[in-house]
Amino acid sequence: MSLVLVFEQVLNGLQFGIMLFLMAAGLTLIFGVMGLINLAHGSLYMVGAFAAAAVAGATGSFVLALLAALAAAAMAGAIVELAVIRRLYDRDHLDQVLATFALILIFSEGTRWIFGSFPLFLDIPTYLRGPVTLPGGIQYPLYRIALIVIGLIVAAGLGLMIARTRIGIQIRAGENDREMIAALGVDISKLYTLVFALGAALAGFAGALVGAIQSVQVGMGEPVLILAFVVIVVGGIGSIKGALVGSLLVGLTDTLGGVFLPRILNAFMDVSSAANIGSSIASMAIYILMGAVLIWRPTGLFGARL
Amino acid sequence: MMSERNLNIAVLAMFIGIPAWAYFSDEPFTITLMTRAAIFALAAVGLNLALGVGGLVSLGHAAFFGLGGYVMGILAYHAQTYTPLAEWPFLVEGTKSMPVIWLASLLLSAGLAWVIGSLSLRTTGVYFIMITLAFAQMMFFFSISWSAYGGEDGLSIYVRNNFPGLNTLDPIQFFAICFVILLAALFLSARLAKSPFGLALNAARQSPQRVETVGLNTQRLKLVAFVISGAITGLAGALFADLNRFVSPTMFSWQLSGEIMVFIIIGGVGRLFGPVVGALVFVALEHFLGGLSEFWHIYLGLLLLLIVLFGKGGLIGLICGREKVHD
Repeated sequence: MSLVLVFEQVLNGLQFGIMLFLMAAGLTLIFGVMGLINLAHGSLYMVGAFAAAAVAGATGSFVLALLAALAAAAMAGAIVELAVIRRLYDRDHLDQVLATFALILIFSEGTRWIFGSFPLFLDIPTYLRGPVTLPGGIQYPLYRIALIVIGLIVAAGLGLMIARTRIGIQIRAGENDREMIAALGVDISKLYTLVFALGAALAGFAGALVGAIQSVQVGMGEPVLILAFVVIVVGGIGSIKGALVGSLLVGLTDTLGGVFLPRILNAFMDVSSAANIGSSIASMAIYILMGAVLIWRPTGLFGARL
Repeated sequence: MMSERNLNIAVLAMFIGIPAWAYFSDEPFTITLMTRAAIFALAAVGLNLALGVGGLVSLGHAAFFGLGGYVMGILAYHAQTYTPLAEWPFLVEGTKSMPVIWLASLLLSAGLAWVIGSLSLRTTGVYFIMITLAFAQMMFFFSISWSAYGGEDGLSIYVRNNFPGLNTLDPIQFFAICFVILLAALFLSARLAKSPFGLALNAARQSPQRVETVGLNTQRLKLVAFVISGAITGLAGALFADLNRFVSPTMFSWQLSGEIMVFIIIGGVGRLFGPVVGALVFVALEHFLGGLSEFWHIYLGLLLLLIVLFGKGGLIGLICGREKVHD
């Protein structure tokens, strides 16, 4: 077990975590402001990835593909909000779960209908291909570094937007007291559509970025969605800071657990059973993390105290 | 408007009439479809105890369904390969006997429901939904990575397990077993709903403070409901695995958790026969729409959306009108 390997895996974990953050940030904003649990957030991630793959296939430009992902996911988000989601704000969580579950079915089968069942591929652009040598002589893929940097920039931008801009003030006010800001003359339903579209755009952007290192296929969104739920439970609902810390924790736990648990167990048992048991436990590691956080702090690390 | 009681009788008559017709006109596939509906209904009757009476929106009941399936799969696998399941601390042999498998899946699912429930019930509302979903996903990934029992490929069982005195390979006899278990579960949940426990649980959902003030422990009421609910869904999982003679990680998938919940919504939340009507309609849609279009999930999604947005009370609500507040 060399230091280089540890360093590489930490970077992998960071990259995974920062992409989870893009999903979790939208979910937590939507829950914080509108009180809505949105299972269809994974579908918006998929919409972004498919839009990017289709545009990249037609034009060959990765930048255009990313813009298309942002636009398509934001559009899909706004349309869904206007048509369906808006009727769910004053319903109970059960109705929200079921209606957004229905949306998943419609989005997934609709995408399969348009693009077919075979996965699409989104290529990493030539200028981001290949390894880069980091200080200390470690070779690491440039694209993954780019993902970490882009994710951090988006996180910083989101933080600034919420802390410093007028729209950010409205979002925070909406989290605290929606009747009050409606009474102060803010068009609350426009704000809701905007927040939903923003969350959707973040999810679509993440889908496009990750789509270049995985295949773009129907159903790609839901596993990420469930991980984003774990992130939110760990970080605390409604907190962007919690979403960031939670995503990094989950990303690092999942990546490092998968690589190092079998190796650590190897010290106590033979190679094949260590690999078996290690990978089984590693697949559960983030849920064990979640359980531990729940016992310690039921509303998450940064959630409002009850 | 039809009374709910007459509708329930009509549904039961369908469950007896359709397989009987299929038996005499030699349509074993229809019997299998009805068996599938009965097993789904059983799983949903389990969830309905937590969801309808207790108000616990669990999006992770596939954890119990899948566990029941794997209990059956693992026990039968050891029986068919003649290998012991465990030799230490005492010898555990595999088995092909249904009653033993049912008992094991009831107990183990109850145990898992106790663990998941005690953790998840520390929270409420939207956290509870996400956490139950996450725990089911944990079981899903665990079953994939645990290669001793097939991992991603699942486990095939060559011959259906046996029940004393019956030939379980005969579709109509296996249907009868599943239907009788469904009836027993319906009877149990009707009795539970009227029992002091059920009334207290109902009250705990509507007004937890009052129930606490009377001196009852709402957390414990909910946990007990969750455990019973998980156990029933686990039993349904064991039957489902026996129906297919196959278990795989898809029995743990989040879609399945969603579908079990969908059965209840199509039928009507909190109604005794809601899950039964829902499962019947779902299997019928799956069969007929699935035959018409490869993309039938779109229509299912649209139907579900319409029911959630406009049709409160599901199909039973549509046919029988609103639920009476007082009996």
